[in-house]
Amino acid sequence: MSAINKLNRRSFIKVSSATGGGLLFGFNWFISSQATAGTSASAAAFEPNAFIKISPEGIVTLMAPNPEIGQGVKTAFPLIVAEELDVDWEKVQVEQAPLAPEKFDRQVAGGSGSVRSSWDTLRQAGGAARSLLVAAAANEWKANPDECATELGFVIHKPSGKKLSYGELADKAARLPAPSDVKVKNLDEFNLLGKRIKNVDNKAIVTGKAKYGIDTKREGMLYAIVERPPAFGKKLKSFDDTETKKTHGVKDVISFDNKIAILADSTWAAKKGREALKAEWEDDGELESTAGHLEKFKAILAAEPEKNIRKDGDVKSAFSKPLKIIEGTFEAPFLPHSTMEPMNFFADVKENSVELYGPTQTPDRARKAVSELLNIPEENISVMTTRMGGGFGRRLKTDFVTEAVQISQKVKAPVQVIWTREDDMQGGIYRPAGMYHYKAGIDAQNRLVAWHLKATAVNSGNGTRENNFPAGAVPNFQVDFTNLESQITTGAWRAPNHNFIAFTEESFLDDIAHAMQKDPVAFRLELLEQAKASPAGEVAYDIDRYKNVIETAAEKAGWGKPMPEGVFQGFGSHFSFGSYVAQVADIQMRGSNFRVLKVTCVVDCGIVVNLSGAETQVEGGIVDGLGHALYGELTFENGATAQKNYDKYRLIRMKDTPEMEVHFIKSTENPQGLGEPGLPPIAAAVGNAIFAATGKRVRKLPFSRAELG
Amino acid sequence: MATYSLHVNDQQYQVDVSPETPLLWVLRDTIGLTGTKYGCGIAQCGACTVHLNDNPVRSCSVPVSAIGTNKVITIEGLSEDGTHPVQVAWDEIDVPQCGYCQAGQIMSATALLKKNPDPSDRDIERAMAGNICRCGTYKRIKKAVLAAAELANQKGGTE
Repeated sequence: MSAINKLNRRSFIKVSSATGGGLLFGFNWFISSQATAGTSASAAAFEPNAFIKISPEGIVTLMAPNPEIGQGVKTAFPLIVAEELDVDWEKVQVEQAPLAPEKFDRQVAGGSGSVRSSWDTLRQAGGAARSLLVAAAANEWKANPDECATELGFVIHKPSGKKLSYGELADKAARLPAPSDVKVKNLDEFNLLGKRIKNVDNKAIVTGKAKYGIDTKREGMLYAIVERPPAFGKKLKSFDDTETKKTHGVKDVISFDNKIAILADSTWAAKKGREALKAEWEDDGELESTAGHLEKFKAILAAEPEKNIRKDGDVKSAFSKPLKIIEGTFEAPFLPHSTMEPMNFFADVKENSVELYGPTQTPDRARKAVSELLNIPEENISVMTTRMGGGFGRRLKTDFVTEAVQISQKVKAPVQVIWTREDDMQGGIYRPAGMYHYKAGIDAQNRLVAWHLKATAVNSGNGTRENNFPAGAVPNFQVDFTNLESQITTGAWRAPNHNFIAFTEESFLDDIAHAMQKDPVAFRLELLEQAKASPAGEVAYDIDRYKNVIETAAEKAGWGKPMPEGVFQGFGSHFSFGSYVAQVADIQMRGSNFRVLKVTCVVDCGIVVNLSGAETQVEGGIVDGLGHALYGELTFENGATAQKNYDKYRLIRMKDTPEMEVHFIKSTENPQGLGEPGLPPIAAAVGNAIFAATGKRVRKLPFSRAELG
Repeated sequence: MATYSLHVNDQQYQVDVSPETPLLWVLRDTIGLTGTKYGCGIAQCGACTVHLNDNPVRSCSVPVSAIGTNKVITIEGLSEDGTHPVQVAWDEIDVPQCGYCQAGQIMSATALLKKNPDPSDRDIERAMAGNICRCGTYKRIKKAVLAAAELANQKGGTE
């Protein structure tokens, strides 16, 4: 029995944070770290918790437990631990951890939530390990730990200048009890956080060695391509697989759940086998269309809403008075996720165990779904998350995991299911289409006194974000929502709801500002002052932080200053996932076409963990948001998507990428979300610039459909 | 089915596949070089870009029967150890987010620099127009191509 086992049983340690002071934290990762001491005569590795392993040879391995979809969490998490541990970042090894909820909290890539929910835990994991290493060194030197400092993987005895490496101390630190008091650094002591740190997988990526789910190869593995219904509202009537079975490389054909899976010894053979399949489908419900959805949206908005989401003051009575009325109706199209790595998953189902391996944003949810499906206990199901070629919300679902499991179970072999791009675009889970009607009232004193949003969207519990600005600043404020039930499957898509509602709110505020003959930026600031002076209902954002990003963006972009001939500016701002973002778009009109020249962006996301990662998330959000606002539109005819691949569904390319300038507000607040907040404001910033240039208000995305001539 | 002798990354491979099989799937499933990625299958996204006699091609749309004795270079064959100036620049500029499209981006960029060691912004936009990045890393891609050009010129070429 080694000392580390005793340490493992301690479920709580007292933590005094330099910023927070004297708090007690539950450390579930302290219970679960595995002892390696005492198993042999050799020196023990130091594994004070599930995030850190230091070998006697001095190799520092930091675990990255959360799914990496391109948001940079595989770099950010170890970086925070390394900061508090005081190790040489260049020498650290980072490993992706499998699903282990007994060791790690919230192994999810979603809601821009990884860093903000694990910030304290990660810091304390590093700080606790560091204090044990210091204690071990102090014991060696018979010195007071307070006389010791740490630097780049060494403990230094300041009075004598003696130093010991973490590797030399690993065995001794492993035998010490857990520290009773963990100190984390003051913010001004950070050496790594806030600097530009490169993605830990860059070298693997640029040499083609990085393995994504789709790259999984196993002995005896079969490739599966699945024929799914060709439209929503169709079911399988019959099929003839005679020719499929004759296709070279095809090993098996199975039918289940209204689908047919073709299994082969290569992806191409499976695809050819599917092409040879003769499947007949019959109607099973309404075959929906985009034109039909629009009619339904209009009918819904003309009727009484299903539910009221927020109500301040009395909109109805306000509108009964003589007010200047502004109205506008906005339309959101469906969007597919377009993860560059097409959907895929590997499953190997045995009698009473399952191996799941692949790209999932929610390994825990995937395991639960499989456990329920097969009635196999969760502890017999292993889940390893691979690096993902994008997620954007699509991989929060579990349909593609359980499908791979069903196939593996039926064919009794390890199986990799691969979706073609066409399968993905037709196969469902989209950003919901919706319609948003706004009505605002301006009183005789030129004040915004009433705001009413009536919204509807396909398969959405609440397609609004009722507490968004200007909620809190308008005395009579109401948000109503009605769901449109549909067979078309919808789900989270990068910055769910925010990704469209920010466009509507910020465009409509622009409309109101123009109606009032006020500057759009000054108008927003005036509303924020109003929310501060006499808040109406809940104010769910920090008014000063909001104001600061708006003012800073206006200043950095030269808002209100003379622009070059033919260049026009538009403003957009939004608060989401804890972060405040303001953007100014500079556009140039050429005839009836426009080009976005530059986007100036100011972000308050609290402390910046990795400047390079933070900047690229925001820039990527701008490009992604701009691209979908310019071109993104998935339409339906007879239950089928009219766009099946990138010949008809356009994604943004390099030439449409504007110049971008991203500024981060210096902050001592805890870090907030960043994978999503950069995206929502851009469509409105561009739309408002179009209005400034042409006097035309675009309320229906994408912009490429608008007639601006 | 037919047997083909392919010259990939300076090695010969004998493969037994049907003639219409796209080079992409031969590389990935038959030879096991998974660095070349599948994205759309119709030559629209560029994730599968490889070099065929130094020219960038979309391997999803080139049948194996059309390769003949032409030399194929994939991301794995660009350099022994990731030291090609384009690879170095991609790391230095910290281009990748999810990274999935980057092999194709890098293959398009290296092909450009081989023909045009000092490209303008417009040259880069034109050469990279066939490569989609859903994460939106285009700004850094452009910056990295320019940085790679500079690195290569210091070293005397991209070879």
